[in-house]
Amino acid sequence: MFMKKSLSEEDIEHIAWLARIELFEKEKQVFTQQFNTIIDYFRAIDGVNTNGVEPTFHVLNLSNVYREDIVEDSMSVKKALINATRKERGYFKASKIV
Amino acid sequence: MKRFDKVNIGLEIHCQLTALKSKLFCGCSANYRGRDPNSLVCPVCLGLPGSLPLLNKRAVKLAIKVALALKSKISERSLFFRKNYYYPDMPKNFQISQYNKSGGIPIAVGGVIGFRVDNEKKFVEILRIQIEEDPARLIYLGSIDTSPYTLVDYNRAGVTLIEIVTKPVLRSPLEAKLFLQKIRSILEHLEVSDGNLEGALRCDANISLARGKRVEVKNISSFKEVERALQFEITRQRNLLAQRRSVTMETRHWDEVKRVTISLRSKEEEHDYRYFPEPDIVPITISKEYIDEVKKTIPELPDERGDRFIKEYCLPSYDVEVLTSEKALADFFERCIALGGDAKKVSNWLMTDFLRWLHEEDLDVAHSRVTPQTLVELIYLIDDKIISGKIAKSVLRTMMKTGKPARAVIEAEGLRRIASKREIERLVDTVIKENPRAAQDAFTDEKAVHFLIGQVMKLSDRRADPTLTNKIMNKKLKMFK
Amino acid sequence: MTELFSLSAREVSDKIKCSEISAEEYVTSVFLKIKEVEDSLNAFVTLTESSALKKAREVDKKLRNGEDVGRLAGVTLAIKDNICTEGVRTTCASKMLESFIPPYNATVVERLLKEDAIILGKTNMDEFAMGSSSENSYFGPTRNPFDLSRVAGGSSGGSAAALAANESALALGSDTGGSVRCPASFCSVVGLKPTYGLVSRYGLIAYANSLEQIGPFAKDVYDCALLLSVIAGHDVKDGTSANVRKEDYTKDLTDDIRGMKIGAPREFFGKGVEEDVVKSVWKGIYSLEDLGASYEEFSLPSMKHALATYYLIAMSEASSNLARYDGVRYGYSEKIDAKDWNKMFSSNRRIGFGPEVRRRIILGTYALSAGYYDKYYLKALQVRTLIKEEFEKAFKKYHVIIGPTMPILPFKIGEKIDNPLSLYMCDALTVPANLVGCPAISIPCGVIHNLPVGMQVIAPFFGESCLFRIGYAFEGVVKK
Repeated sequence: MFMKKSLSEEDIEHIAWLARIELFEKEKQVFTQQFNTIIDYFRAIDGVNTNGVEPTFHVLNLSNVYREDIVEDSMSVKKALINATRKERGYFKASKIV
Repeated sequence: MKRFDKVNIGLEIHCQLTALKSKLFCGCSANYRGRDPNSLVCPVCLGLPGSLPLLNKRAVKLAIKVALALKSKISERSLFFRKNYYYPDMPKNFQISQYNKSGGIPIAVGGVIGFRVDNEKKFVEILRIQIEEDPARLIYLGSIDTSPYTLVDYNRAGVTLIEIVTKPVLRSPLEAKLFLQKIRSILEHLEVSDGNLEGALRCDANISLARGKRVEVKNISSFKEVERALQFEITRQRNLLAQRRSVTMETRHWDEVKRVTISLRSKEEEHDYRYFPEPDIVPITISKEYIDEVKKTIPELPDERGDRFIKEYCLPSYDVEVLTSEKALADFFERCIALGGDAKKVSNWLMTDFLRWLHEEDLDVAHSRVTPQTLVELIYLIDDKIISGKIAKSVLRTMMKTGKPARAVIEAEGLRRIASKREIERLVDTVIKENPRAAQDAFTDEKAVHFLIGQVMKLSDRRADPTLTNKIMNKKLKMFK
Repeated sequence: MTELFSLSAREVSDKIKCSEISAEEYVTSVFLKIKEVEDSLNAFVTLTESSALKKAREVDKKLRNGEDVGRLAGVTLAIKDNICTEGVRTTCASKMLESFIPPYNATVVERLLKEDAIILGKTNMDEFAMGSSSENSYFGPTRNPFDLSRVAGGSSGGSAAALAANESALALGSDTGGSVRCPASFCSVVGLKPTYGLVSRYGLIAYANSLEQIGPFAKDVYDCALLLSVIAGHDVKDGTSANVRKEDYTKDLTDDIRGMKIGAPREFFGKGVEEDVVKSVWKGIYSLEDLGASYEEFSLPSMKHALATYYLIAMSEASSNLARYDGVRYGYSEKIDAKDWNKMFSSNRRIGFGPEVRRRIILGTYALSAGYYDKYYLKALQVRTLIKEEFEKAFKKYHVIIGPTMPILPFKIGEKIDNPLSLYMCDALTVPANLVGCPAISIPCGVIHNLPVGMQVIAPFFGESCLFRIGYAFEGVVKK
């Protein structure tokens, strides 16, 4: 059986960082508590015997769905950039890398 | 053996399948070079909400072709996985790729590539081959670490890449370079990727020294940069270890401008790609029949071509290795032969002056101004004793700069060999007259004869026929006596 | 005379086609109704009145000129705000996409326009379809037309409420774990989750790709079948689209259910299901029996794991699907540069996403992270297989499975907002169909204390016509 170890605020902060979501100071504690309750509930499936059971990746038994290598029209640059808040000379603008 | 000498290098080669017309998951043109930024995008490759990827059939076919050429085992069933990580070049902040763990199956596993290093054959094992999408291109203002912000062009986003992962068995930057040359030649022979296109072949390298940790160097954007980046990183790690400091396991970025590697991620940012199966793409299944069908489309590969060169043209294996290291070069060579060139002579010219001058001009074989036709003509002119071998070198240099045929260069620069007896006699007379002392010494000192002949050559811009000059000089000296 | 806005889709299109009424006067009447009730309901995020009226006049013109018109000529449609509409903002009820204007139409929207439907606007929902009450909307909750202090259900609450209040004839929603059926049940309309792959997902803003489908809402079963007939069918733009022939589900719609075998799983009537709901649905089953069907109680033991399995899969997929909202290409972004891109991304995402969305992304990230993938995500996919097999086995014995749609009656706004898990529990009976991939419909099944109850009918893959038949028959009983 798998050890029940609850997640700390630091754990939650780390996972939130992986998800690139900064947490509000005031919600850290509430989130941590809620997460532990929810994860506890999820752990119920630990006990299900799934030895030799194939995971269901897709419910329909489809394979080899392709498109041909044909060029289609792209959008105009204007249309491509229409929803961007920050842009410059036809480029999207992002923040500093390092 | 020096301390920290043992180096292990593994490569992840990212090769754009430039033979494809459209991107991996949408119909946007894959031919993005030189196009206006963000002019080749659609909801799919821009990662717009609600868009869905659709797999390019030919991408799978070309990947199978590569796998067969590298003797990899094609998976009967393979899956696409999402590799989740945030980065400004990612339209969706995950890359649709393949994976070999967590139930993932790449398009092919295993394989081997042989190449020659220091006259010995070395074999590098391939771990797996994967199909994945290229991220966008980031533009920095100057160097990555001083640029105040980043500009993003998504034209490249979604272009098909295959990733070839090797075992970490390469021992030096030079080995890595030669190995990559071999891969490149194979891909070119398969006509799946044009290695001459900027950014078509890139790689990440993991480097570890004995007793050191593994460091990953990303963003090596061309094969030319590989040797340089690896050399820098090895030296950096050696220096750390020599100072008894430890090497941190991390990812570093190769900065082409500054020619250094820069640490990219802080410690808290350890790899956690959260791979899981792509729900929007159904599995690929590949039948034996399909593999056989693709097999039939595989052309002669560099190794086979080399063997044929040895057999058909009686070339030494060293020549063959050089000639087949690039498809364009091997093609050039064979076109010369078809035009009647002598194999060994053509090979000698290609391997030495031709490649050297190309390199100096920063051109690739495909863009050479000398054509097989003009090279063969040049060799004919030497055979016919119209020019000497030495003169031919400078003629070739001019041909490579100007693209003019050999005869035009020779005429324009007055380089035709002097084979007229009268003309040489006149030159010899002049030299003897101007060097009476040497002429005197020539009776007793063989060196003086050489000196006088050398003066004739100098006076004639090396055009005087050496045999004839020799004969006439000796005759005249006798007369002088 | 019946008010125009209250007509069913079939009635509207019949009347318009025979020029009994004009599309314009009908659409005008609908907008009058919208103006009357919208302030109290909040069913719409965006209304497109001028383009709707323009389209109505076009339909009228076509008819005057004797041109052919589509099956939905002049019929009004409300579209859930997570389905892309070209040139009309599509927000997912999120601050993140508050001003996002898609440059393309979802396939279903294209199909509706081709049949001359009139799109009224975009409906309110739980942010990014995450919720069962439509309270998690950046634009405020949608209220239940039966009781304004109560939730309309979710996540497609706006679509269901709009129909129930006669703000539209038809509506589209999306169903990832019950998001069509839950509000259909709470608002007493018909709502269907089609077989996975039957309706194109192209243009549906993804929450959990492997589970969700766009589904039709209607005031009655016939209309629901009509709307499905328009939107269903293979789409080359969706690589998970099933390769099945396009069907007209209205064609052989009968109320003859003689000989039909119904399975009633004990788990659907057990712990956590309100007594009143259990009684209403049993009453429904008995009346189907009266019509010639037979029923049998049976057990689906792995049902008890369905909810955890569903949430693990949905949250994991969501954490990846919603990674793209970083503010660079679209979506909320601060205007001033942060220190670096990491800071910028995490700040944009904190402000752009509401708490439930952030909660699910973080939980999903956890379930996929190093060391937990096997324990949570992969395990959930294996349990999914077990549940699927159990349902497939049941479908060898029964034509359909019937139970309640929701275990409870519509609850008060704010009642469950502080306890996410208690809200998740509401989905216990709807998630199995999404895990299995089979179709399920919610049909109004009576009203208790002035609050609606929905009966859920689940069929095997591509058994939509069977669902409509039962629904049609049942409707006949209720109407009597």
